Amino acid sequence: MPDGAAPQNSDASDPTVLDVRDLKTVFRTRRGEVHAVNNVSFHLRAGELLGVVGESGSGKSVTMMSLIRLLPMPPAEIRAGVVDFDDMDLMQASEDQLRAIRGARIGMIFQDPMTSLNPVFNVGYQLMEPLRKHMGLGKEAARKRSVELLELVGIPDAARRLKDYPHQFSGGMRQRVMIAIALACDPKVLIADEPTTALDVTIQAQILELVKELRQKLGMAIVWITHDLGVIAGIADRVMVMYGGQVVEEAPVRELFANPKHPYTRMLLETVPSLSGERNDRLQVIQGQPPMLARDPDSCAFRDRCPHAFDRCAAENPLLRDVGPDGHRAACFWDGDTQGEEAVHA
Amino acid sequence: MLTFTIRRLILAIPTLLFISFIIFLIVKLSPSDPTAGLPLTIPPEVREQIRESLGVNDPVFVQYFKWLKLMMWDEPLHLIWVEDGWLYRFEDYLYAREICPHPPHLTQLERTDLFPDGDYNSCIFDEYGPRIISYQTRSPVMELILQRMPQTLWVVGTSYIVGILIALPLGIISAYRQYSWFDQLGTFVSMIGFSVPTFFTGVLFIVIFAVNLGWFPSVYDTTLEVTDWETFKQQFRQMIMPVMVLGLFNASQISRYMRASMLDNLNQDYVRTARAKGLSESVVVLVHVLRNSMIPVVTVIALNVPAVFGGAIITEQVFKVNGIGQLLIIAIQAGDVPVVQTVSFIFAVLIVLFNLLADILYGVLDPRIRYD
Repeated sequence: MPDGAAPQNSDASDPTVLDVRDLKTVFRTRRGEVHAVNNVSFHLRAGELLGVVGESGSGKSVTMMSLIRLLPMPPAEIRAGVVDFDDMDLMQASEDQLRAIRGARIGMIFQDPMTSLNPVFNVGYQLMEPLRKHMGLGKEAARKRSVELLELVGIPDAARRLKDYPHQFSGGMRQRVMIAIALACDPKVLIADEPTTALDVTIQAQILELVKELRQKLGMAIVWITHDLGVIAGIADRVMVMYGGQVVEEAPVRELFANPKHPYTRMLLETVPSLSGERNDRLQVIQGQPPMLARDPDSCAFRDRCPHAFDRCAAENPLLRDVGPDGHRAACFWDGDTQGEEAVHA
Repeated sequence: MLTFTIRRLILAIPTLLFISFIIFLIVKLSPSDPTAGLPLTIPPEVREQIRESLGVNDPVFVQYFKWLKLMMWDEPLHLIWVEDGWLYRFEDYLYAREICPHPPHLTQLERTDLFPDGDYNSCIFDEYGPRIISYQTRSPVMELILQRMPQTLWVVGTSYIVGILIALPLGIISAYRQYSWFDQLGTFVSMIGFSVPTFFTGVLFIVIFAVNLGWFPSVYDTTLEVTDWETFKQQFRQMIMPVMVLGLFNASQISRYMRASMLDNLNQDYVRTARAKGLSESVVVLVHVLRNSMIPVVTVIALNVPAVFGGAIITEQVFKVNGIGQLLIIAIQAGDVPVVQTVSFIFAVLIVLFNLLADILYGVLDPRIRYD
């Protein structure tokens, strides 16, 4: 793994806690297969926050769900891949081994806090479940810890609120409860699947603040899935851009925003409306639709929407290559020089 | 919740009064004559006297209010009597205290013994207070119902419980293994059980198991009293067929609800959360999903309980079980207005009560629903 200089908040010398190599997930549907995740490789260091960006259907969530095998199988099928976590290959692990990891050493938060909690059990019960299962706490100990956790995520009057049901909490408070559940057993890795998408902007900011703060306190590694580049800029150490089920670019966050290499990343950054500078009448969009891959990609998945596409893009699928410092890599044949597209024709 | 329940109970009173009046009107509108079933040798003027004595010639409203008074005031007095914190049946109490010299429950033999003139009812009127009397049998309607109820509860009640016990696991497994061979088979069988009427399956069972194989008796013997192991086995054997016929029907219905409700919930986000917490599949399905899925199913089960008391009119006929359903059919055929009216009214009360119970259960099971 080509690691250059140190990224911002975490250190390149930090040990890798999660190492994913060549992960491939396919959905079998009535209309044939959908190749949702195609040979995705990435790693996560201890204490690092990895942002994963991409539009809907780019395979962000499916990748993360695949690596702890939380997808409904069938229709999903993990075809290949190695996921190293805790000296174990999660792809080879038994269901029991995985259950011991889910919720204990890998915590998860999901997009919609309104539906992610079970409506008929009170919050305390749902919070105590992983504590009792993974940490073997008794009822009283689990209760105490639950109160601590709710206080940790900033829910006032925690002891009393344990008895409340999810519908008695607001959206933001429910997401805090979800975070408390995910953090219940001190996980090494937290996977946050668009945790702020369903929340309004002020609540979103509060949740982001909370996660930043918790990261300082607890020091777990976080995978933050989002399609909001603004969120990523404010929180991530490193960013991974996904498109068509593949990683198309990865770089430390400053490097990516300063120096985007992949045409998709560039266009993605252009779509972010800006408050300063010249006012655009229309929002910038990337024309076209993201692809539904019916087979293993043998060409660049982005070429139909790419302004720089040329012959080679249709002939083979670009692999990630080093394009800049600090492990900045992109999967593109184009060298980023807007004038000299011919230069690449080597 | 308590306020809600009390409010609903109070609201039930006008509802039930209205229902009872409608039932009464419908029964009265039917062109039946209580003397029609009597021997043809009875001269018309005697028939007219009989009608007069039964009160059939009174204005409809007078008849209705007479019935209403008996139903609401006199009958409850016969059912229970409280003294020193004990509940007695009124007649038992009167007899025990020697206020009335005759025991309330008499067999036919004892009756003819005590009342050689066939004047049994006069004692009921005179010493135990007035009662709703059947045109046909000249005995109190409530006694008829209390005689019939055990048969119905045994057969129909057991079939309901059997149906539920089959349906719940069937629905759960079918939904969890959707489109598996188990699900396909279960769905197929429940579709058949649901669509084939019980008078067909009942007769089919009789032909196969009673006539051809001779395993079970084809007629349900209501006079059988369970006293020892031998009679228990006999009772068990004669219950199997009617219970299976009705149980199949109930199971088909409930398992379809269960399956649909489980399927609705299995794809919910909270199920993914439960799995992400590392809970085992049995906890995910049988605690998280099941608790949510049971909400509509419990409601359906509660709403169908009055039908158990109502008996299964057709199945009771097929297997010759003298239950409530059969009582009602015979009463309708004989134009026995007091029986039809009273039985229908009791059904109405049960339906209203179990509707309320279903609503309360709904609130208990689903914390999002609060009635106050």
